[in-house]
Amino acid sequence: MDIKDFTAKFAAQFFETDPSEFKPETVFKELDEWSSLSLIQMIAMIDAEYRVTVDGQIINQAETIQDLFNAVCELKK
Amino acid sequence: MDAYIRAIEYYLPENVLTNDDMAAMFPEWPAEKIFAKVGVEVRHISAPDESASDMAVKAAEKLFAANPSITPESVDFVLFCTQSPDYPLPSTACIIQDRLGIPKSSGALDYDLGCSGWVYGLALAKGLIVSGCAENVLLLTGETYTKYISPDDKGNRAIFSDGASAAMISRETGRARIGEFVFGTDGSRAGDLIYRDGQFFMDGGNIFAFTLRAVPPMVSEVLAKNGIASGEPCCYVMHQANKFMLEALRKKMNVPAEKFIMDMKRGNTVSSTIPVALKDACDGGKIPVGAGVVVAGFGVGLSWAGCVLRF
Repeated sequence: MDIKDFTAKFAAQFFETDPSEFKPETVFKELDEWSSLSLIQMIAMIDAEYRVTVDGQIINQAETIQDLFNAVCELKK
Repeated sequence: MDAYIRAIEYYLPENVLTNDDMAAMFPEWPAEKIFAKVGVEVRHISAPDESASDMAVKAAEKLFAANPSITPESVDFVLFCTQSPDYPLPSTACIIQDRLGIPKSSGALDYDLGCSGWVYGLALAKGLIVSGCAENVLLLTGETYTKYISPDDKGNRAIFSDGASAAMISRETGRARIGEFVFGTDGSRAGDLIYRDGQFFMDGGNIFAFTLRAVPPMVSEVLAKNGIASGEPCCYVMHQANKFMLEALRKKMNVPAEKFIMDMKRGNTVSSTIPVALKDACDGGKIPVGAGVVVAGFGVGLSWAGCVLRF
C-alpha cells in the first residue's frame, strides 16, 4: 500500500473537484464536493481495493487523506 | 414436509414523491448526482390517514383477486411484519384477520423486523407448516416509515417508500419451495438505525459497512446449506436498499449483473422490497423454472437472514 496510490483512488471518487486538490494532507471534509454519499463511496472503495471494511466513524475521525490511509493500514495489520 | 410460496402480490400507495419534487424542495442539493447513485425515481408515500394495515389489506385483496384458488377462508395463520403497527396494542394482524374475513379459527400475530423481515417471515411460515400447526399462512409485510422521517431529512426521504406485500405460504405444491435458512443478529449496533424520541436516525456509513461485512459470508453459507455449487444457475433477489449498496455487494460477491435483480426505482419499502422485486422478476420472466433464487434481507436490528427459493 502506498499513499500516492491511495490518494489517486480517493480522488477518483469525485467528479467535480480538480484532481490537483487531492494530496495526502488534504482535509477532505472541507472539500465542497464532500457529502454523506462520499463517505459511503469511500467505504466501498476501501473495501474493494484494500479488502478491509471501515465503519463510518473511522472516516469521520480522519482529518486528512493521510490519516485515513494510516487507519486503513492499521486495520490491515 | 415442505412449504411453498404459492403467490405474491404487493400494494404501493398512490401518492408519489418524484425526483423533481425532491430537487424543488432542496434546491441546494446535487439532486441528479444523488438520485443516479441511489437509483430511486419515485417514492410512494402513504396518505396521512393510511396505515400499515390499510396497505396490507389491499395487498392481500389483490392476492385473493388474482388467485381464485386462494381464499380468505383457506387461511389458518396470519403473520404480519411491521415496525409501524396501527396501534401499540392490539396486534395489527388481529385487525387484518377481521378486515379480510379470515376465519376466527386462525392464528394471527405481528412480528417486529425491518429489512430482514420478509425472509424471517418465510422461516416462521415454514416452521408453522412443517410442524403441522398451520396449512396456509398469509405472510404480510407493511411499513409507513415515511411517517417517521422528518420533512427536512432529505437523505432518508430520498430513499424510503411506503408499501405492503402479501404472500401465501402453503403445504401444497406452489411456485417456489422454501429451502434452508441462515440467520444473523447484532443488537450491539441497534443505534445505527433507530426511531427514538420521535426521531428517525440512520448511520448510513455504518449500515453500509455492516452490509459489506455480513451479507457476502451469509450468502456463501446459504448457497452451501442449500447444496448450490458455484457455477450452478441461480439468481439473487436481495433487499433493495439502494442501488449503490447493491452494486457494491454484487461486485464483492462476484455475481454477474444479469443474475442480480435490481428493482429500486420505487424506493426502499423496507420489509416489502424482496417480495416486490420477486413478483416483478417472476412477471417479467426473469426467473426460469427450476432456478434457485437466493433471497437475503439485512438492516435494522441489526438483523439479517437469507434462504434459497426453488422455482
